[in-house]
Amino acid sequence: MTNNSSTRYSFVAIALHWILAFALILMFAVGLYMSDLPFSPQRLKLYNWHKWAGVCILALSVLRLLWRLTHKPPALSDKVVAAMSGWQTLAYHATHGLLYALFFIVPLVGWAYSSAAGFPIVLFGVLPLPDFVSPDKALAELIKPWHEITAFAMAGLAAMHVAAALKHHFFDRDGLLLRMVPGTGSR
Amino acid sequence: MKLLSFLRWSALAVAALATAAHAEQKLLAAQSEIGFVSKQMGVPVEGRFKKFDAQIAFDPKKPEASNIAFTIDTGSATLGVPETDAELPKAPWFNVPKFPQASFQSSAVKGLGAGKFEVTGKLSIKGNVRDVVVPVTLTQSGATTTATGAFAIKRLGFKIGEGDWADTSMVADDVQVKFKLALSGIAKF
Repeated sequence: MTNNSSTRYSFVAIALHWILAFALILMFAVGLYMSDLPFSPQRLKLYNWHKWAGVCILALSVLRLLWRLTHKPPALSDKVVAAMSGWQTLAYHATHGLLYALFFIVPLVGWAYSSAAGFPIVLFGVLPLPDFVSPDKALAELIKPWHEITAFAMAGLAAMHVAAALKHHFFDRDGLLLRMVPGTGSR
Repeated sequence: MKLLSFLRWSALAVAALATAAHAEQKLLAAQSEIGFVSKQMGVPVEGRFKKFDAQIAFDPKKPEASNIAFTIDTGSATLGVPETDAELPKAPWFNVPKFPQASFQSSAVKGLGAGKFEVTGKLSIKGNVRDVVVPVTLTQSGATTTATGAFAIKRLGFKIGEGDWADTSMVADDVQVKFKLALSGIAKF
């Protein structure tokens, strides 16, 4: 367990937060772009890269969850607590909880769709991963919209998360953001 | 002259008999499958042809006298994904308008014992002809003989997947062809 009195997240937590933040934004953008591409080698390539990256992100999310469960995050400062009304505190916990849930739901739904559609994931083109569900066209059609829907839900929550962080930084000026900013370890 | 005439008639009769015998040998298309497995960036993708026919003259006891010919409707190829199936008939893949059928014609059939045979012949797809050797295993159940087997072809040798799709890092050159053919009228072995 890390020191409870720390005001900053641990190095590992900060690193995972930012690596995954950028990876997820990139994945979201690539996902939007590739689904509109016509049938082409480019489309096939992007779909496979998207799947490989999704599996890597899923693995990092497992690591992130384990780290989160075994390392208590720094307590919110009095200033931060004072800046939040009751519903904001509730929204803060709900957003984090839902985001964590979606870190797993979005890639697993994508994996399930790929499996159901009869396209097993072969990581980096060499390592065949087990089918998450068995190939079934009807099931695939049922799952298909949900990868996108859950991804948009995650994007919406992430936008709220960013908006709230910026509110704390620029309006409340309560130093909340400094808990997660990389490269200020000496503070 | 009489002898010549007799011989001619005999030859015709034998030919007619042979044709009659062969005509009984039929491909039961509804119980048969011709499939293929290609690899897209390492991912095995199964496809199949929905429409094909065969002319078969095969005697398990005299396999070397066999004649096996297949025609496959290239337009009936499916991977089970509508978006992909819409692409398969186009020029880079099977070019169905120009080459509506692929065909196989045997040149030699060899018995290997225990219901195993080796069929050598010419496979023609998109106007490209290649020699193939096809291992076939026969099993008999009632009046139906089932022939199963698999062999590999090089898709680029037949120009299947041209242009951007010729890149074998995207779609591997090796394609497995698998078949299960139900036949009627094959003699017991």
